[in-house]
Amino acid sequence: MTNINANTPMEKMTPGGDIYQAGNAKEFKTGDWRSIKPIFLSEKCKQCGLCFPVCPDDAIPVNKDFKREDFNYDYCKGCGVCAKTCPFGAIEMKEEG
Amino acid sequence: MEVSTFIYPYTAWTDSFIHTAFECAAATLSGAEAAYQSMKKQGKIDNTTKFIAFGGDGGTYDIGIQSLSGAMERGHDMVYVCYDNGAYMNTGIQRSSATPKFADTTTSPAGTKIPGKMQSRKDLTKIMVGHHLPYVAQTIGYMNFKDLYEKSEKAIYTEGPTFLNVLAPCPRGWGYPTDMLMQINKLAVDTCYWPLYEVIDGKYKINYKPAKKLPIEEFLRPQKRFKHMFKPGNEWMIEAFQKEVDARWQELLDLEEITNRAE
Repeated sequence: MTNINANTPMEKMTPGGDIYQAGNAKEFKTGDWRSIKPIFLSEKCKQCGLCFPVCPDDAIPVNKDFKREDFNYDYCKGCGVCAKTCPFGAIEMKEEG
Repeated sequence: MEVSTFIYPYTAWTDSFIHTAFECAAATLSGAEAAYQSMKKQGKIDNTTKFIAFGGDGGTYDIGIQSLSGAMERGHDMVYVCYDNGAYMNTGIQRSSATPKFADTTTSPAGTKIPGKMQSRKDLTKIMVGHHLPYVAQTIGYMNFKDLYEKSEKAIYTEGPTFLNVLAPCPRGWGYPTDMLMQINKLAVDTCYWPLYEVIDGKYKINYKPAKKLPIEEFLRPQKRFKHMFKPGNEWMIEAFQKEVDARWQELLDLEEITNRAE
């Protein structure tokens, strides 16, 4: 059912707009919306843990040792909140072509 | 809530949920909770379920207030979370009773006739305190979200009706740069525009008192909805806004003192 898109004719949609799967929003890659991109500068990062709670879309993965890893660009919308929050300048926002 | 968690044909939810008309959230949830309590009593279910309702400021401060008040008074074991962005942002930034005075919205446009919204902001958290609930709190995404996490946990695991009011800035409606979210949150707290406090069984506790209370201009300046307040001749608006913030902060300090007085 996730093949439904903006060009799908009405007859092919689910009755009443029902969604038959739970939690399938994971399949929707919101990274498509991005126009600016955060770059993670790992050498400047002190692992202070201020960036990942502010991410509105869970695009900053945290590993088992509670260390942040590089961005998940499938979901990053490029809002830049993390870059503004980082006290060490370890996140840089770049224009995307 | 549906707008931010669903894009047809996708949903973010893995738990059971009911999507209802937004002013009905508290009524719908209280019904579901009553059914759960009854089935539990009859021995038809033996698991433990928590009930949480989410509503925006329009659905909570304005059109949903009677359904919320009713559900809270009846004492259902539920949490109501209001995420307050201070206007009907989804439908095009119409003013609500949570919109602060002087804010420019599409239904209270600042111009030569009126100085933005002409009425004061309703204090919903205090209205909920007036229901004598076991737990009422006001919070925001601050620093590493500790305050928000802790209050959510308390609200969910306190038995009975509980209420959380969370300020949620809207870059489009407030007119600040998107990446400034956390800075705006901090300013809201540091200017005492949005104090962090909780009321447990009627006792007030202010969770954060800024060492240096910032002037309200710091909070107003980055937001386009208050731009007209900084024009020459409009200084009275800032003064009036500051006066209101100061009065409400003082009232809160007084309430904390009165409710914690040794008996």
